Amino acid sequence: MSNYTEDDLEKDLDNQEYKFGFTTDIEADQAPKGLNEDIIRFISAKKEEPEWLLNHRLEAFEMWKTMKEPDWAHVKYKKPNFQDIIYYSAPKQTKKYESWDDVDPEMKETMKKLGISMEEQKRLTGTNIAVDFVMDSVSVATSFKEKLGELGIIFCSFSEAVKDYPDLVRENMGTVVPTSDNFYAALNSAVFTDGSFCYIPKGVRCPMELSTYFRINEGGTGQFERTLVVADEGSYVSYLEGCTAPQRDENQLHAAVVELIAKDNAEIKYSTVQNWYPGDKNGLGGIFNFVTKRGICGTNSKISWTQVETGSAVTWKYPSCILKGDNSVGEFFSVAVTNNYQQADTGTKMIHLGKNTKSTIISKGISAGKSHNSYRGLVQIHKNATNARNFSQCDSLLMSDESGAHTFPYIECRNSSSKVEHEATTSKIGEDQIFYCKQRGIGEEKAIGLIVNGYCKEVLNQLPMEFAVEAQKLLTISLEGSVG
Amino acid sequence: MIKIENLRASIGDKEILKGLNLEVKAGEIHAIMGPNGAGKSTLASVLAGREDYEVTEGSVDFDGTDLLDLSTEDRAREGLFLAFQYPIAIPGVSNINFLKTAIGEIREYKKEDPITAKEFMALVREKSKLVELDAKLASRSVNEGFSGGEKKRNEIFQMAMLNPKLAILDETDSGLDIDALRIVANGVNKLKTKGNATIVITHYQRLLDYIIPDFVHVLYDGKIVKTGGKELALELEEKGYDWIKEELANN
Repeated sequence: MSNYTEDDLEKDLDNQEYKFGFTTDIEADQAPKGLNEDIIRFISAKKEEPEWLLNHRLEAFEMWKTMKEPDWAHVKYKKPNFQDIIYYSAPKQTKKYESWDDVDPEMKETMKKLGISMEEQKRLTGTNIAVDFVMDSVSVATSFKEKLGELGIIFCSFSEAVKDYPDLVRENMGTVVPTSDNFYAALNSAVFTDGSFCYIPKGVRCPMELSTYFRINEGGTGQFERTLVVADEGSYVSYLEGCTAPQRDENQLHAAVVELIAKDNAEIKYSTVQNWYPGDKNGLGGIFNFVTKRGICGTNSKISWTQVETGSAVTWKYPSCILKGDNSVGEFFSVAVTNNYQQADTGTKMIHLGKNTKSTIISKGISAGKSHNSYRGLVQIHKNATNARNFSQCDSLLMSDESGAHTFPYIECRNSSSKVEHEATTSKIGEDQIFYCKQRGIGEEKAIGLIVNGYCKEVLNQLPMEFAVEAQKLLTISLEGSVG
Repeated sequence: MIKIENLRASIGDKEILKGLNLEVKAGEIHAIMGPNGAGKSTLASVLAGREDYEVTEGSVDFDGTDLLDLSTEDRAREGLFLAFQYPIAIPGVSNINFLKTAIGEIREYKKEDPITAKEFMALVREKSKLVELDAKLASRSVNEGFSGGEKKRNEIFQMAMLNPKLAILDETDSGLDIDALRIVANGVNKLKTKGNATIVITHYQRLLDYIIPDFVHVLYDGKIVKTGGKELALELEEKGYDWIKEELANN
């Protein structure tokens, strides 16, 4: 990151409005609006799913009907009408893509606009990211499959995994986030349409970053994807996800479930750059991002979550770690930026079950405009978690007089040998800092970019290089014109 | 280089500069002294373009352009540099990145080619020697955890990197021990050319032992009330400001 300069930023600032707001004109195969058993059967049939999965969905649906939408988060929004959502939308395709060359040119164009350079990747064998591209409900293309296959690594869409590796899916799915976990997890379990699946075999270090790119395209649709990452004993994988959506006046619902399983001595690094459409300056439109993400650690294993959240109208998201195995490590690094009328309630849960378990939480919240940004975190030390350690640091930066920063840390400790530390700061972006930058010839937007990126450095440093640069730009663009 | 005529400026309802006149030519060093509250730092802030102050009257010609018409950043890009009395920290932003961004912006403004990484690093090496700045300091976050002396040396280092036409040093000597003072003064002296100019704002004569001014001005109650050579600074050191106040009262 040291050789990153702000030069390219200039160009990006020229189109500081949400630049992923375009729609792609691709014919879609859709289910009718609404949610009932028939729709679920329709989805399952479309996906040619086995009986057990259909039953799993139907059970989840029954459970969901008895559940209530959570209202404890520090966010206000009009509850979605679940009968007014299209639960299945797939880009129409006559046959399955046999190769990259079969992919619809419109689709390729979309990917190009999103900066997913699959074509380039195909040519350059030296690159180190494999991408799975999920548009609306369906995975469109996955690159580098064969190369990964040589190492026994499975990286494919969730639907393919259900067909090709049913035992692996059945054995692991729902073990970290059970269907009954919460309202949105239950909904997702009933109606999920696709997502990514990844399996790293014993002792294998995945040689490249695995990446899933999520895109909502069709209007009126919801996106419900599932990601399942299983890192078998002694393996390592770094996984990235990126998300964008077109600019629309309506609110669209995104309710995903991500499950990570790190077996003994394994390590999973999971990074997210979330840039769903945040709504316009007056708070119209934008994505409701209600996501359940959780990982479970075996002995000596490690799960590290890094997230940069700049998009969505409302974010409700707590990537968590269950530190079940002794000596396991959980990390959570987060930057959440809210501007205009955006609301974010995000944080993590670190559940210490094993001995000598360690967790670190670094959260940076930045609120601008009239937005509200909350950190909500739980550190739970169980009875048997001897010598457990936690360190939490939650910093909030206010960019305007009308924005709000809130911190809700919960600590539950049932073992006296454990050590839990919590630090929190709230500060306002300094006019003096901006003046200092300007006096050196740096314009206001660039100055804010510098200051904010500096503020978030500890978190951005956790991201893989390619993502870090993208995230830095995003932060600057999201905060455009926000000092006041 | 800079010509200030009848400059009046206020903060809130309070007028601080009350018709200030000052001309500084290329190649000159001017010292501005004066009692607390006379308006010395206000002058520096107004020239740099701090928005807290409102200019109510007067004009400032900066090398042929109307300075008051320019934004803060454009003033800097035109070659006006302020060495801050209290340099602020910017956590997480390295000095290197900060200066590279600044030089990039200035060059772009002047429609010059961007600086190459090689050129830039050579410049950093050369200029950091000037103020005996540890190379490590250059890669640390801007002013974060710097001692008082390091902050001031860093200001002069930045000045050396940006090579301004006019540098205003706002009480750069405050909080410096004698060694740091000498280092800072040496830096300023080495940067002096026939083409640039320096305004040194200070309370004390001791800085002027090292940076020899061509002119010394006394700023009192928002105006320059007395101008002389470097010996005026010695006189002020010895006698204080009361005699000047009396002189003014008698006139």
